[in-house]
Amino acid sequence: MPGYLVRSVAPLGAERTDLLLRDGVVVALGRDAASQAGSDDTRIDADGLVALPGLVDLHTHLREPGREDTETVDSGTRAAAAGGFTAVHAMANTAPVADTAGVVEQVWRLGRDAGWADVRPVGAVTIGLAGERLAELGAMATSAAAVRVFSDDGKCVWDPVLMRRALEYTKAFDGVVAQHAQEPRLTVDAQMHEGVVSAEIGLTGWPAVAEEAIIARDVLLAEHVGGRLHVQHLSTAGSVEIIRWAKARGIAVTAEATPHHLLLTDELARTYDPVYKVNPPLRTAEDVAAVRAGLADGTIDVVATDHAPHAVQDKDCEWSAAAFGMTGLETCLAVVQQVMVEENAFTWADVARVLSHTPARIGRVADHGRPIAVGEPANLTLVDPAARRTIDPRVQQTASRNSPFAGRELPGEVRWTFLRGRATIADTVAVPAPSRTGAHA
Amino acid sequence: MRHLLSTTDLDRDSAVALLDTAEAMAQTQSRTIKKLPALRGLTIVNLFFEDSTRTRISFEAAAKRLSADVINFSAKGSSVSKGESLKDTAQTLRAIGADAVVVRHPSSGAPHRLAHAGWIDTPVVNAGDGMHQHPTQALLDAFTLRRHLADGRGDLAGRHVVVVGDVLHSRVARSNVDLLATLGARVTLVAPPTLLPIGVESWRCAVTYDLDAALADDVDAVMMLRVQRERMTSGFFPSEREYARRYGLDGARVDRLADHALVLHPGPMNRGLEISAEAADSPRSTVVEQVANGVSVRMAVLYTLLAGDLAGEGDA
Repeated sequence: MPGYLVRSVAPLGAERTDLLLRDGVVVALGRDAASQAGSDDTRIDADGLVALPGLVDLHTHLREPGREDTETVDSGTRAAAAGGFTAVHAMANTAPVADTAGVVEQVWRLGRDAGWADVRPVGAVTIGLAGERLAELGAMATSAAAVRVFSDDGKCVWDPVLMRRALEYTKAFDGVVAQHAQEPRLTVDAQMHEGVVSAEIGLTGWPAVAEEAIIARDVLLAEHVGGRLHVQHLSTAGSVEIIRWAKARGIAVTAEATPHHLLLTDELARTYDPVYKVNPPLRTAEDVAAVRAGLADGTIDVVATDHAPHAVQDKDCEWSAAAFGMTGLETCLAVVQQVMVEENAFTWADVARVLSHTPARIGRVADHGRPIAVGEPANLTLVDPAARRTIDPRVQQTASRNSPFAGRELPGEVRWTFLRGRATIADTVAVPAPSRTGAHA
Repeated sequence: MRHLLSTTDLDRDSAVALLDTAEAMAQTQSRTIKKLPALRGLTIVNLFFEDSTRTRISFEAAAKRLSADVINFSAKGSSVSKGESLKDTAQTLRAIGADAVVVRHPSSGAPHRLAHAGWIDTPVVNAGDGMHQHPTQALLDAFTLRRHLADGRGDLAGRHVVVVGDVLHSRVARSNVDLLATLGARVTLVAPPTLLPIGVESWRCAVTYDLDAALADDVDAVMMLRVQRERMTSGFFPSEREYARRYGLDGARVDRLADHALVLHPGPMNRGLEISAEAADSPRSTVVEQVANGVSVRMAVLYTLLAGDLAGEGDA
């Protein structure tokens, strides 16, 4: 099969070179690439583009099975490809819940069939996300989907005994428990961050302590039983401090931050526009600064989108009636570029670390998050950092429109994404897998 | 002024102008024929998603005395309880020909959404939204205070108003703090710490947990907030008796006030909980007067929003 000769690209923003991609791998670099390229290889003028390893998202909601009106594995992974991702984790809060080997294998197969990105299903920790009994974690781990990340995301594994057992049990198959840290009693009917803005606009508060108390408990549980803990969508300055303390103690904990918690604040709730309603909620400017600092110094390991598509009617209503969540796959890299790279806190190598290498390592995703080197899988994305786009949800690949960045200008544009050498995004255009085009013909 | 969603929408001059208009409206209400032709031919919809007989009939009386047609839409037992969205309800009312919507909703910000989401293009009056705002209540309270403390003119500069009770859940408290501060009054909030919102320190007022200390500080008016009995079962305070002892306005506390000081309550009162019968029925109590003033203030608001172009062309 013919491949791609990528000319004059800057891997991780470093010196420009050529890459030859063929048969799913990087077959040559530098001068060798051009000399080995054949006449039928597609030539890409990548002057000015940065090459990154294909991005890996530890946290998306692809909504299938159950809410195909808002997103499918196909549309969600197409959005992922457009955002530069080659592997995504799909959360378990579908209908039915991904709490059995059958459901996780279904989601995994849907991803494989769609061909946009590798889908790594996340298994529910408890049956039906009910927080009462452990789901068959081992069966999901040994299924074809090879689940390694377990989460009741959307709900907190609140029962400390159950959380302890999950952290212990997953050690048998190198799993990780990804916790949605939210103390339920402290967040009954919670609508937004509890603080100056909530006091003024009269929405029930979601206090920072409700997140921090669970994280503090969980890091101590992880230390006690020696399990692997991943903290999802960390949003407060206090949470950053707790993770920093836990890591200094040598506890096996990792943490993620979302793009929206790196950029947006609770001031946006003053509009009462539910596009800004998300869980955990947008916090204060001080929290945003602390989360950025935590990401910059490595306390926070990864950026994950928490891509949460919702139907129009679930956002086109009054705030308290609206669903929590916002889309993020197609704006994630742009936000990280704006808040980290353009603020000189990150190099492109750091971007590759938090959006590819480390999430792949946490999720035990083989063949992703690899170096850009000869013999490595050709999972790559090429981004134009000089581009500027005004975000318009109507032209995005996701099936939903609830982007909090709509109308905002953000830097950077994903021009090409390669999944095992196949261009899923070719000069910004989504290209269905050959088997899919056949199926649709 | 296009909508009235929050007292923070009002600066000092526009607030005083509204109160002056309300004063003019009040003069007409002592006539035998109370009805004015100002809004003849216009339709005002009272869209109430929450039970509120008092506020609804006050708006209804205000609209009718301005000769507007009034449609009362109560969400209970309607299509709304069958799952119709706020958006669809609003658009239905617009299609019927509403010229203004007066909305009461349990969700904070619902009137703001009606005004700004692009669903409808009529003026929106907030008749109370969740724990956010109840601007006409604050205006009628200010109107009442101004009559007694400032001869019905100008603002409330230098006056001290103490607001007591469940501030956390109260849209009346939020509206009043904003408006009274805008009018130059000094405001002190009094509540148990559990019934004050985190973030209250950014408000334009003082805050204390000690009612007796607040009442000893040159008070011109005490405004008691309604306390819902279910707050006790949610653990905000231990018992009704303890609340009444520490934060209730009783006869002894009223007796310690200066002679001119007023006692306000937005109603409905829990006699024996936040206010004793002696305090509620004392000559300083303006509770009944507040109800009458509510009609004048709401007439002024509807008149200003709907006949704004006519305002200034002679007195109403």
